[in-house]
Amino acid sequence: MNNQLTRLALVAVIMLTALIVATTYWQSWAAGSLAARQDNAVELVSQFQVARGLILASNGKTVLAANKPLKKNGQTFYFRKYPLHGFAAQTLGYSTSALSQTGLEESLNDYLTGATTNLSNAIQRTLDRLGGGTVHGDNVVLTINAGAQQLAQQLLGDRCGAVVAMNPRTGAIYVMASSPTFDNNLILQPGGYAKVLKIKGACGDASALVNLTTDGLFTPGSTFKMVTAAAALDSGAFTPTSRFNDPGYCVEYGKHVSNAGNPDQRGAETYGNVTLAQGFQHSINSVFCNVGKQIGGETILKYAKKFGFYSTPPLETPANQRLPSGLYHDVKGRPELWYPKSENEIDPGRLAFGQFNMVATPLQMLLVAATVANGGVVPRPYIVDRVIGHDGSIVSRTRASDLGRAIKPQTAADLNQMMQLVVQAGTGTAAQIPGVAVAGKTGTAETGINNVYTAWFVCFAPADNPQVAVAVVLEKQLNGFGGSVSAPIAKQILEKLLHR
Amino acid sequence: MVGVLTAVGFASVYISRKAHVSAASLTYAVFFFALYLVAHVVARFTVPNADPYLLPIAGLLTAVGLTEIYRLGPSNAFKQGLWVVIGVAVFSVALLLLRHDYRVLENYKYLFGLGAIALLFMPLLPGIGQTVNGARLWIHFGGLQFQPGELGKIALIVFLAAYLREKREVLAQGRVKDWGPLLVIWGGAMLVLFATDDLGSALLYYGIFLAILYAATARVKFVAAFIGLFLVGSAAVYQGTPHVRERVINWIHPWTSHKVYCALTGQMAFRQDCASYQEVQSLYSIAHGGYGGTGLGSGVFTTPQGHPLIPYLSTDFIYSALAQELGLIGAAALLLVYMVFSLRGFRVSLAANDGFSKLLAAGLTFGFALQTFVIVGGILRVIPLTGITLPFVSYGGSSVVANFLVVAGLMLVSNRANTP
Repeated sequence: MNNQLTRLALVAVIMLTALIVATTYWQSWAAGSLAARQDNAVELVSQFQVARGLILASNGKTVLAANKPLKKNGQTFYFRKYPLHGFAAQTLGYSTSALSQTGLEESLNDYLTGATTNLSNAIQRTLDRLGGGTVHGDNVVLTINAGAQQLAQQLLGDRCGAVVAMNPRTGAIYVMASSPTFDNNLILQPGGYAKVLKIKGACGDASALVNLTTDGLFTPGSTFKMVTAAAALDSGAFTPTSRFNDPGYCVEYGKHVSNAGNPDQRGAETYGNVTLAQGFQHSINSVFCNVGKQIGGETILKYAKKFGFYSTPPLETPANQRLPSGLYHDVKGRPELWYPKSENEIDPGRLAFGQFNMVATPLQMLLVAATVANGGVVPRPYIVDRVIGHDGSIVSRTRASDLGRAIKPQTAADLNQMMQLVVQAGTGTAAQIPGVAVAGKTGTAETGINNVYTAWFVCFAPADNPQVAVAVVLEKQLNGFGGSVSAPIAKQILEKLLHR
Repeated sequence: MVGVLTAVGFASVYISRKAHVSAASLTYAVFFFALYLVAHVVARFTVPNADPYLLPIAGLLTAVGLTEIYRLGPSNAFKQGLWVVIGVAVFSVALLLLRHDYRVLENYKYLFGLGAIALLFMPLLPGIGQTVNGARLWIHFGGLQFQPGELGKIALIVFLAAYLREKREVLAQGRVKDWGPLLVIWGGAMLVLFATDDLGSALLYYGIFLAILYAATARVKFVAAFIGLFLVGSAAVYQGTPHVRERVINWIHPWTSHKVYCALTGQMAFRQDCASYQEVQSLYSIAHGGYGGTGLGSGVFTTPQGHPLIPYLSTDFIYSALAQELGLIGAAALLLVYMVFSLRGFRVSLAANDGFSKLLAAGLTFGFALQTFVIVGGILRVIPLTGITLPFVSYGGSSVVANFLVVAGLMLVSNRANTP
């Protein structure tokens, strides 16, 4: 019988060894990926025992997110508070023990809890932990300009829309405002989340939790003419002085596509003999319709891709809060990004002036303007300037970089000139700043409801030495055009950031 | 004897670490040490030649369990302490009664067999039966809850060892009629277990039965046949019982990337937020421990508001609490202690002189190892999770008493074998 007993003992040893192996797997190999999961309540609670790092505005002084220590059951927990109530709420996000995290609080969590840090801070942290002292996270300094951000939020008011601004040379984001918005402190209160969900804004159906700057898709309307014009010039098919005859409409598939449908193009509906630059200045649909027909939808989309359409723009916010821009179509009732397989799936005339299922985020349209300002190279947007350890040393600093060249320097220079004409004597005169050359483009997209528009203004200044680029979008504007409602906001943001 | 002393030393040092938590815990340490001395003295007089490792290891594991239970909820530790007293008393009585010749138990084998079924059946009786966590496994008298199935396990092992000792040759030759009583009693136990939804015990009983059957008959084909039967039965149960299906699905896909129907709330939710919440959070708890653990008392088991993160932490899931606070080093050491106990148990079985003693010791030891595997393996996703206690460590009175009986049984067998 002893042979069998020995074998049973072997089975028992194998079973218990398997347990040791499995424990080793979970505690070493898999530990990292488990700790990173959003539904990990253990990790989440343990993070509340860390004095979370501060989030600061670009001046390194204005505190956007701070800690509120609370003693419970002999342990100290650190809860979040946001001293500027609702400042860049969607971008900062929140960090609660019950509702997990969003925004930068989520994506920068490893820095804020000190999980990712430099050597000296890591050693200090380990000593703190062993000694039972408080573990401190790293502070994060953003590129957000506190004054301009507050101005943008104030100018948006309860209108639904977004303002986003950046340095077109570096990609540093100055303003990231989305409206309607909420007070992040409210989320931390019992029942606060439900209250935030009820915030709808003036348009009546927006969610305050959505960051419209990167997560909101809007019909770009005439602002898309920047892309079409870039394609027309860069491909060599046209020059700014190429001539067009505008009869007030363009013929596509044997039918008239009328200028009258373009509320942006206020004034004469029929311009007659014009140049491409004039067509851009006055946002004449028929001119761009003809450009589109000639260069083709595929060429336009090819250039759109170079500007960053069809890929999720890089940024330090969580990836699920950023959407790629491009053509979308319905798949089983859900909008899905769509890249046409062939030219004959595209309506090139309408695509050329930013209709035909084309949608874009404010950040994407900002990147188009910033690329023009940056001589044709797409800047890589970023919002974290530097991470500072608890001991004051720099843990990491963001270096400006780019996403590659979209258009030739000459194309960018030509477009820059054309965009200046828009502000000097075109559809965007409301953005004029005395003594500063502003380059811009209006957009007024139809919403399907009469006289209610999505109003855009995208611009940069000074045109000869660009330092700031701004994109403004307002949803559901009754008789509100890009040039009349959005351009004035953009102007004030430019002035604030240029210290005018 | 040196082993005894070091183990006792370790156990008491271990307990005294609780002094960091509160001064009152020191009384637990002193009390526990006194209790251990009682058990040791009784063993010294009744079974002087017994294996010297078994009792210290049992003491060590009980101490680890008591410490962690105290850390998770001091009020539970008091009740558990009471159960340890009862466990030591039962242990002492068993040693005193059976010190001359425990083999008299063989004469009552059918009584043990039927007793096992009766014990398993008790929770189903109205009045004393009680449903906890969806399974009807408890009976209660006075203020105490009791899970009779734990004792049923030992009764069944005694029956199997006695019956198979007697019939092992004829069974091995394949005489069909001798299967009768075996299958009736074993089958009855399995039926009751399914009726009470006690899947963990069902798995355990099946494994113990196979192990003793194999040890007694040395017939691999019997084992193969029963494993085949197990697979067919499992497939049928999987098809027929949503409860079982859910366990298996939770095992294979504890995380979903899209929302699935949640039976608890009737709404759509990620599985990790609903059906597999407990398993998943328990894995997070283990992973949080890392190599060195958070240290006793520093683990994260509740929200800042004090709500528990993992249900049934001090009973079925105590391993995930220990693994977080002790880390890989501590958890692996704990599992090695289980391994040492199992190996000592098999050594007792190998050294025994007669068939009944061999089978009894092997059955008790294999049951101990398998029970550890079923619960810890379930927590670690090695096998589907079925709720069962971790021997000596989990909070639960019946489990403690039953495990002390296992130690008593093994010590009786080894004492007899080692007595010249």
